[in-house]
Amino acid sequence: MPKKVAYKTQIDYLQLMDENGKLDARLAKDLLGDEEVQQMYEHMTVCRRYDEVAFRLQRSGRMGTFPQNKGQEAAAIGSGHAARKGVDWLVPAYRENAALFMHGLPMHYVLVYWMGDERGSQIPDGLKMLPLSVPIGTHMLHAVGIAWANKIRGDDGVVLTYFGDGATSEGDFHEAANFAGALQVPCVFICQNNQWAISVPRDRQTASETFAQKALGYGMPTIQVDGNDVFAMYKATRDAIERAREGDGPSFIEAVTYRLADHTTADDASRYRDEDELDAWKAKDPLIRLRKYLEAKGLWDEDKQEALEARAKAIVQEVVKTAEEIPAPEVDDIFDYTFAELPESLKAQRSTMRTTSLGQDPSQVGGAAAQTVR
Amino acid sequence: MAELNLVQSINLALAQEMERDDRVVVLGEDVGLNGGVFRVTEGLQKRFGEDRVVDTPLAESGIIGTSIGLAMNDMRPVPEIQFEGFLGPAYDQLVHHAGRMRNRTRGAVTVPLTVRVPVGGGIHAPELHSDSPEAIYSHHVGIKVVMPSTPYDAKGLLLAAIRDPDPVLYFEPKRVYRSYKEHVPEDDYEVPIGEAKILSEGNDVTVVTWGATVFQALAALDELPEDVSVELIDLRTIYPMDEDAIVESVQKTGRCVVVHEAARTAGMGAEIATIVQEKCFLNLEAPVQRVTGFDVVMPYYKLENHYLPEAPRIKEAIEQVLAY
Repeated sequence: MPKKVAYKTQIDYLQLMDENGKLDARLAKDLLGDEEVQQMYEHMTVCRRYDEVAFRLQRSGRMGTFPQNKGQEAAAIGSGHAARKGVDWLVPAYRENAALFMHGLPMHYVLVYWMGDERGSQIPDGLKMLPLSVPIGTHMLHAVGIAWANKIRGDDGVVLTYFGDGATSEGDFHEAANFAGALQVPCVFICQNNQWAISVPRDRQTASETFAQKALGYGMPTIQVDGNDVFAMYKATRDAIERAREGDGPSFIEAVTYRLADHTTADDASRYRDEDELDAWKAKDPLIRLRKYLEAKGLWDEDKQEALEARAKAIVQEVVKTAEEIPAPEVDDIFDYTFAELPESLKAQRSTMRTTSLGQDPSQVGGAAAQTVR
Repeated sequence: MAELNLVQSINLALAQEMERDDRVVVLGEDVGLNGGVFRVTEGLQKRFGEDRVVDTPLAESGIIGTSIGLAMNDMRPVPEIQFEGFLGPAYDQLVHHAGRMRNRTRGAVTVPLTVRVPVGGGIHAPELHSDSPEAIYSHHVGIKVVMPSTPYDAKGLLLAAIRDPDPVLYFEPKRVYRSYKEHVPEDDYEVPIGEAKILSEGNDVTVVTWGATVFQALAALDELPEDVSVELIDLRTIYPMDEDAIVESVQKTGRCVVVHEAARTAGMGAEIATIVQEKCFLNLEAPVQRVTGFDVVMPYYKLENHYLPEAPRIKEAIEQVLAY
């Protein structure tokens, strides 16, 4: 019998703007207006500044651990720009601040969160997003559930969920992708392949030649994109969102990018990463590339750059001030949100916390301790 | 009013709540056309359609994780996990996400989720189909844990669980799924989460139990001399526990026996004994006794009855605390 091919496909790679900022005019026709692109560049620049300042806050003891997004701004902003504010959902990992800010999250929230205060995760009413997610890969299932609810109700909101290359090794990634495909929910999986999962390089994460091809197993359209190219990220995400909105189910985007900073402020990437590799990627910095594009188009110059940097500095300074001036949370706060209504046993524990440290109901504590009511 | 067993009562509650609230979605493995492995969801897909009674891929973390997403986006998911042994793969999603979301977002995001899980032994099931994990999930914060023993309570507790704004683990004692029938009203009623039920009033000893062992305790009571007066408490909710019901009873009786199927060490019996010690110390006439499963792997069915706390063991414990 002749040999048959059961399945055959290829993985496309999308790049619209090369590393010198030259845009393929034919592929990018009518994609983004000049003003939009400048706004995106401004946003990326402000977020870069935010990262740098957050890093210094941590180093000077004013903030806890912080994961920088430096180098991945195009992936977050290009994709985020394709989503509709207040309609589509963003379900992030912990590095996509830029996309959340773009969709209306006040910038001080993320600082408040990394300063050790849960109120930084208290997403304001009306914003369709979940807070940053620290555990790896678990949030993609939530994204699929959110998208599923939209499908059941007939809402046309689409869900974008972000995760790193390391997250594709987690079981929950595969369950999320499988559910999304089997249930045909409007969800876009955006894998930020930044080449490293803390110290483990991409090649030790998987034997798969691309991350994009993992989606083939779950029956969804998939593409590899130059993640440092804001045009390509925008186009790929817009196409995926349109497909989802038309009822054609989930899609997968592998954004090939690079984490220019350490994994977090608790990490030292020089222990495992070559300087040469870092330098090569610094040359592909998405901010430099987009600036070259704008300059070549006559939309940008040194004066504008200086003015933008001054503006970014002022914006971030104000954000830090807002974050640091927020009054400390009340201690009762650690109890108050465990359930919608606090059970009696927790009320007793709360009053114990207020009065003694014995871990018992104060009414059960005899003698002197019982006298120390606040 | 109809005479229903536990399975029929849960089915009725699901159907009525799906009728009342179109946000309620039933999902899980085989819950649709097949009606679930215990037929608890039988007929629901035919009545409410494939969008609201959904056969999912076979993946427990996926079922609970996506249910969390559904709940966060204003649905009221009621996932079924086929047996408690299969909760393991969903453990992370349950305890680290469902249980914490309200707190970590300071109330901005909530997870009104009800996870239905058959639990316990006594039905000659295969391995990993007979455990009683209520203490494990009661120890984790942010999750309510209930276990009805009777058809009436099963309906009322399920309605309360689905309407509860927080995640609820609804454990179904599969040993009594079809063994007992009672009148279950067609009316809409709730059995409040957190309230125990006094099954029989008495003055000599308090017996606290829940789930299938309620019926073993009742059988033990029948074997006791007529002049022994036992107060039998069906806890119904494991967390948050009705401490007042236990304390008031033990303050009256001065003696307490706790009965549960789960293994002894760090089981809910230890918690209840401590509460009694803290709040009824001067009332106690005897040490609190525990009648429980053993700290061993739940035996395969030829020996499972030696593991389960059956009526003779319960009777013996009651006699011991009375004779102390």
